[in-house]
Amino acid sequence: MRSVLDLKLLRDLWHIRGQAFAIAVVIACGVATVVMAFGVQRSLELTRAAYYDRNGFADVFASLKRAPMSVLADVSALPGVATVDGRIVRGALLDVPGAMRPSVGRLVSLPRTEGGGLNRVTLRWGRLPRPREAGEAVASEAFAAAHGLKPGSVVSANLNGKKRKLAIVGVGLSPEYVYAIGPGLTIPDDEAFGILWLDADAMEAAFALESAFDDLALTLLRGANEQAVIEGVDRILAPYGGLGAIGREDHLSNAYLDAELEQLGTIGSLIPPIFLAVSAFLLNFVLSRLLDTEREQIGLMKSFGYSGRTIAGHYLKLVLLIAAAGALFGVLLGAWLGHAMTGLYTRFYHFPLLHYELDIVVLVGAVLAAFLVAVLGAAGALRRAMALAPAIAMRPPPPPVYRRSLTELLGLSRALSPHGRMIARHIERWPVRAGVTSLGVGASIALMVSTLFFFDAVELMIDVFYYRVQHHDASVEFTDERGPGIVHEVARLPGVLAAEAYRAAPVRLVHGSRSERTGLIGIPEDGDMRRLLDEELNSVSVPPEGIALSVTLSRRLGVGLGDTVEVRALQGRRNAASLRVAALVEEFVGETAYMEAKALDAFLGAPYAVTGARLVTDEAHLDELYAAVTEVPAIAGLTDRRRAVASFRASYAESMNIALLFYVGFAAAITVGVVYNAARISLSERARDLATLRVLGFTKVETAVILLGEFAILVCLALPLGCLFGYAIAAAMTSAFESNLFRIPLVITVTTYSNAMLVGIGAACLSALLVARRIGRLDLIAVLKTRD
Amino acid sequence: MPAEFEIRGLKKVYRTGEVEVHALRGIDLDLARGELVVLLGPSGSGKSTFLNIVGGLDTASEGTVLFQGQDLTHARERDLTRYRRDNVGFVFQFYNLLPSLTALENVRLVTDIASSPLDPREALKLVRLEDRMHHFPAQLSGGEQQRVAIARAIAKRPKVLLCDEPTGALDSATGSVVLSAIARANAELGATTAVITHNASIAQMGDRVVHFADGAISRIVAVERKVAPEEISW
Ligand SMILES: Nc1ncnc2c1ncn2[C@@H]1O[C@H](COP(=O)(O)OP(=O)(O)OP(=O)(O)O)[C@@H](O)[C@H]1O
Ligand SMILES: [Mg+2]
Repeated sequence: MRSVLDLKLLRDLWHIRGQAFAIAVVIACGVATVVMAFGVQRSLELTRAAYYDRNGFADVFASLKRAPMSVLADVSALPGVATVDGRIVRGALLDVPGAMRPSVGRLVSLPRTEGGGLNRVTLRWGRLPRPREAGEAVASEAFAAAHGLKPGSVVSANLNGKKRKLAIVGVGLSPEYVYAIGPGLTIPDDEAFGILWLDADAMEAAFALESAFDDLALTLLRGANEQAVIEGVDRILAPYGGLGAIGREDHLSNAYLDAELEQLGTIGSLIPPIFLAVSAFLLNFVLSRLLDTEREQIGLMKSFGYSGRTIAGHYLKLVLLIAAAGALFGVLLGAWLGHAMTGLYTRFYHFPLLHYELDIVVLVGAVLAAFLVAVLGAAGALRRAMALAPAIAMRPPPPPVYRRSLTELLGLSRALSPHGRMIARHIERWPVRAGVTSLGVGASIALMVSTLFFFDAVELMIDVFYYRVQHHDASVEFTDERGPGIVHEVARLPGVLAAEAYRAAPVRLVHGSRSERTGLIGIPEDGDMRRLLDEELNSVSVPPEGIALSVTLSRRLGVGLGDTVEVRALQGRRNAASLRVAALVEEFVGETAYMEAKALDAFLGAPYAVTGARLVTDEAHLDELYAAVTEVPAIAGLTDRRRAVASFRASYAESMNIALLFYVGFAAAITVGVVYNAARISLSERARDLATLRVLGFTKVETAVILLGEFAILVCLALPLGCLFGYAIAAAMTSAFESNLFRIPLVITVTTYSNAMLVGIGAACLSALLVARRIGRLDLIAVLKTRD
Repeated sequence: MPAEFEIRGLKKVYRTGEVEVHALRGIDLDLARGELVVLLGPSGSGKSTFLNIVGGLDTASEGTVLFQGQDLTHARERDLTRYRRDNVGFVFQFYNLLPSLTALENVRLVTDIASSPLDPREALKLVRLEDRMHHFPAQLSGGEQQRVAIARAIAKRPKVLLCDEPTGALDSATGSVVLSAIARANAELGATTAVITHNASIAQMGDRVVHFADGAISRIVAVERKVAPEEISW
């Protein structure tokens, strides 16, 4: 037979089902964020790994001018090399029907045997070009989507000076171009840049590269020394115009994806623990108040001879039941949403497969955490319950001692109606309870603030990187180094109001055992198109000597102001020098190094050249500029700010938003759960008073005003508290981000605060409505029969 | 005297799952305006149920209760609230004071919403608590709290005063102070008054004694010589 206590347990649970549900929701949200975040992180890594593996994504990549196929054998002979693939990769201007501007295409030769080679293309639809067929191509999916290319669409390409028509026969994906970043561009722009895969023989013929290759990819054996292989490849390819081999970490698409996954991982490891911690606090608040309303019953049970331990066990069971329900719900919800989120990312990154996996350790850990949190939350109240004297139940309940409230002593009493006085005295009688209610509601609003804040941070990042750092609104990049005179030619292009040439060079920065490949960009001392900002975002001038590093880059290298780094040029004379870090500059996005233009020239050595130009343009003539640029063979690409920002939003920002929207949803659910609980507990604490008022002839509305008036005051107090806590959490997260190599600016807009508060107020109104309905259904007679 | 209440065929059935409890099995009773009746009867005989229906706190399963010709049994919730607010004063066994209001404010709570109330101080004077009016319930004894509850009930000049075991929690001496406060309210305000008690000796303070047994009225006795509550002791 079930024990009477267990029956009571079930009845109690049924009686407080609304509250129990809301508590379970709070727990579930904490558990679900953890399960979701870890699941997504792991699954994305696994999906990427599976994709890379299945499609033979190479480990080392190298470009060169031209080498005979026989050289491939030398490369394969290097120790540690598994498979080598020689290809032809060339750039071409593409005219896509219906497009306003010509796009830049990268033409890549397909392996001769199907399923052979590296970086294999997965066809999404259509077929591969027929062997030796020069007029057919497979387009990258993102590019095809951006231009609405369908089977049979024809684009014209400028191949080695000859215009050719290419029929799109298929659309494909490659692990090499998860993000396609074109020449002269820093971020993906699927309209401006796309990949076309062509038949190998057709490519050889078109570019006069018979039995030769100009691009190489290779995979490594397990345990191979990548650095040694890269050096070996560079040695072998040097006579053939090798441009320097790179490993995966420097591969543009992979590095971009790495950065995003790292950032996602950081968000995913920061936010869920905060959610869990806040739900622990909320649980504490909710459970202790719930148990406090049971005081008399506890005393009564004790007077019957139940031991404190038995009673504590009884309530612990109640708490654990709720926690179990919450944890179960949380695991299911987290797993489901994790799957959905991974799916969104898979589509976002154009992964051709989805590999979703949950780590059992994470699951068990999250569930245990939920139980622990529940027990900790209930501990204080349980201890009080055990200590309660049985006499409490035997004596008629002493009415709580009220005093004249502070408001009255301050002489405000005349302004207060009896309603107002009841509210004021009740709050002042239970200041801790009122305070804890405000804190609890505040904490949930803080969660909203601290997740919504990321959107503000991204906006500031865009503002800093694209507007405060760049005072130019477009830039062109040249196909190779050019004499400084070219800037005059650029300045004459239609729509260009001003032009400033610059030089940039790929370099490797080395500090101790750490090394980073990056771009080193020259900034003229007297120029003002490109600004450098210090860590307080004040404009600073470029140091005349030494090197300036972005804060992120300096963290990656582990250097500080005044340290020296070894700078090795990867092109031209390949000079190297030890340079002092003369400035740390903030730009949030990107990891770039800067030098004063003349100092950079001195470092790189003659011939003095430029690689690009910053432009101030007349936006009205941007289309003409785009068209004109295609007529200048020296220009590889043009980026304008508006397009770059849009592209940034569509890629980098969007990938963060996907995750953030989930967290914001959870924060909102927690807010609703907590606020409802706060309202509901106030109701059960005061049910008797309220019922008495109803008996005395007060209307439902008048009665509700007393309860909800108090609730409204506490919620109003919670709003600023929530904003304050939210700021504190955001500050803690930004500093945690710093150690994770990512930089997120700490900035919270009024909109974020007001949106968070609106959610709180909305939740309060909803809860008030639900509670008001219950006031209408108060059992008047039951209240009169029982003592409390 | 005109009948304040006409009660006919009043039944109340509580259904809890399969079991039906017939709390009232058909009550017929007229209460005259200004009359003081005492309801007596064993526990569970339906007294509280009856009083709650008459006071507009509960609804009947069958039958009618007419108050000044107005049907309470078919009234809407809002009309019952109005009825309680305008006409009824309640006194309960457990006082039901609001602990966050002083004695005076507990009374004012009612006078603020009544149409022609007594001065709350007057009401407290009637129960001889004028010198304790600024005390909170926690600072008052049980009997004093009950007197505040009576002051609160009579302060609106109720047409009906309903008391459910008002002395249940009190000793004899305190009880008779409380009862005399009720009797004075009945006499001075002319409120139709019903008092439930388990104490037969109290019955002598009423005009009539209505005996309940098993959900029905077993007997109604008119009191020949009404006794002032101060003279009663138990
Ligand atoms: N909510 C309810 N559900 C079921 N039965 C009820 C309910 N309320 C009262 N009863 C039953 O109705 C009957 C009458 O109850 P009532 O409270 O009117 O008795 P009473 O005469 O006031 O008794 P006492 O003197 O003990 O207060 C009792 O048998 C009681 O068990
Ligand atoms: Mg009773």
